[in-house]
Amino acid sequence: MSHKIVIPIGPYHPLQEEPEFFRLYVDGEKVVDIDIVIGYMHRGIEELSEHNHFDQVPFLVERICGICSHSHPNAYVLAVEDILGGERNVVPERALYIRTIIDEMQRIHSHLLWLGLAGHFIGYNTVWMWAWRYREPILDMFEMITGNRQHYAMCKVGGVRRDIRPQDIPILRKALDELVPVIDMFKGAVMDDPVIQARLKGIGILNRQQAIDWCAVGPTARAAGLDIDVRRDEPYGVTDRLKWNVIIEKDGDIFAKTKVRILELYESINMIRQCLDKLPEGPIDADIKDIPPGEGIGRVEAPRGECFHYVRADGTNRPIRHKIRAPSYMNVASNKVAAVGGTISDAAITLAAVDPCYCCTERTAVLEKGSEKKIMNGFDLIKLSQEKTEKIRNNKDNRD
Amino acid sequence: MNLKLRALTKSLWVFHAATSPCNNCDIEILDALTPRHDIERFGMVLAGSVRHADVLLVTGVPNYKTKERLKKLYSQAPKPCLVAAIGNCACGRIMFKDSYNSPCPVDEIVPVDVYISGCPPKPEAIIAGVVKLINKVTSSAKGT
Ligand code: SF4
Repeated sequence: MSHKIVIPIGPYHPLQEEPEFFRLYVDGEKVVDIDIVIGYMHRGIEELSEHNHFDQVPFLVERICGICSHSHPNAYVLAVEDILGGERNVVPERALYIRTIIDEMQRIHSHLLWLGLAGHFIGYNTVWMWAWRYREPILDMFEMITGNRQHYAMCKVGGVRRDIRPQDIPILRKALDELVPVIDMFKGAVMDDPVIQARLKGIGILNRQQAIDWCAVGPTARAAGLDIDVRRDEPYGVTDRLKWNVIIEKDGDIFAKTKVRILELYESINMIRQCLDKLPEGPIDADIKDIPPGEGIGRVEAPRGECFHYVRADGTNRPIRHKIRAPSYMNVASNKVAAVGGTISDAAITLAAVDPCYCCTERTAVLEKGSEKKIMNGFDLIKLSQEKTEKIRNNKDNRD
Repeated sequence: MNLKLRALTKSLWVFHAATSPCNNCDIEILDALTPRHDIERFGMVLAGSVRHADVLLVTGVPNYKTKERLKKLYSQAPKPCLVAAIGNCACGRIMFKDSYNSPCPVDEIVPVDVYISGCPPKPEAIIAGVVKLINKVTSSAKGT
């Protein structure tokens, strides 16, 4: 007996940068196809950007995504500085360091956020609560340095908007020191737990070739063995003056994606420490007045992958074209290979593994009127996923 | 105060409707649920379906696609349903008001009971807003 069930995930809403609506087609337990509908979050930012002057646009692009809210303005100012002759020639040294510090702090907060949600999806709510609890000190640091917990508004064309005060540095160092044992704990909890391994290993595989075919970027691609990282390949800020490693895994399954993100946390902490050591004195802003005609691109390694901005200027005070490509756009499409062939109970974590957002599974489901369509909503999906973990856990206990 | 209102204000179940926000407001809502703020200790729980919710938390600037969804959500919610507009986007559309894909602010689609401003509002602000909402409901009930 086979009847096709359609599972819509997230009627109207947002995953991370791009909001999507997934429709899973299932046959029995198996996911046979998946549809991705986007456009629920379209706010016309590219067009709006053409009506704002160069210094207003960072505030606008920051609001593309609340989690990568440093990456987008950073990529935008890189594009504008590209018109002016390149970041290194325009921006003062100290500002470069500050940009990198904020960029890496954002990566820490974003990866911890993802870790928590991934834990929630497989029924480890403790992981969720803990990850979010240990994310708070980082947000406090953001508040201390930039004045806001999210939306830091640090980047401006030619520099940064706020300085890191000398008295803040020891506090930031201390927060980082306290974070290391926490990450050790998460690493132990994830790497050594047989139940988590059973849930994540060999699930939602995106192999190397598929990652290339589907243009995956960021941790999703690095987990599949693709050696790409904008921070190394096209350095911005001071990423090329620091010692750090690009984390690469081979398997392409969810376990590999998790591992890449956890290990990247260490690298980020390491990078911030080095930046703080080397932080030079000096101005933080080059005070740019005019943008000459021309076009430029900016690439930034956002927590989810490469974020790309293109800006064209015609000598006036506003961009005449601004094109944005955010990383989740490519990563989400790769779900088409990663989720198909798996079971429904793995779908929630597979879809979440590219780090779209909790939103996908925490909203209602829209009932579609159709004869053989049965509807489950995102909540049922998480429940299924959590039940599976529970089952594995119990089996383990019985055997032990 | 009648029983219905008393029951309503004791343990608010919130449903979180994101109408094209930037995600930060949504994150701060979840943040209010996690250990640092932990509003669950006041009985506030994120409901999985709007049919179980007492409060609709709306974030973001509605666009043409989400506008219809929001209307539908509100009509599905059991009444009395309180609506909180969270974030400057939902309160006044901030920099998105000139966007071609932003037909109207939230309060022209559904009646809003409390506006919580901030971009994003801190979890403390969200909690304060919800407290104001409860006070508003109870005091208006006493007045009648
Ligand atoms: S109010 Fe600010 S933080 Fe909230 S959704 Fe709008 S832009 Fe994002």
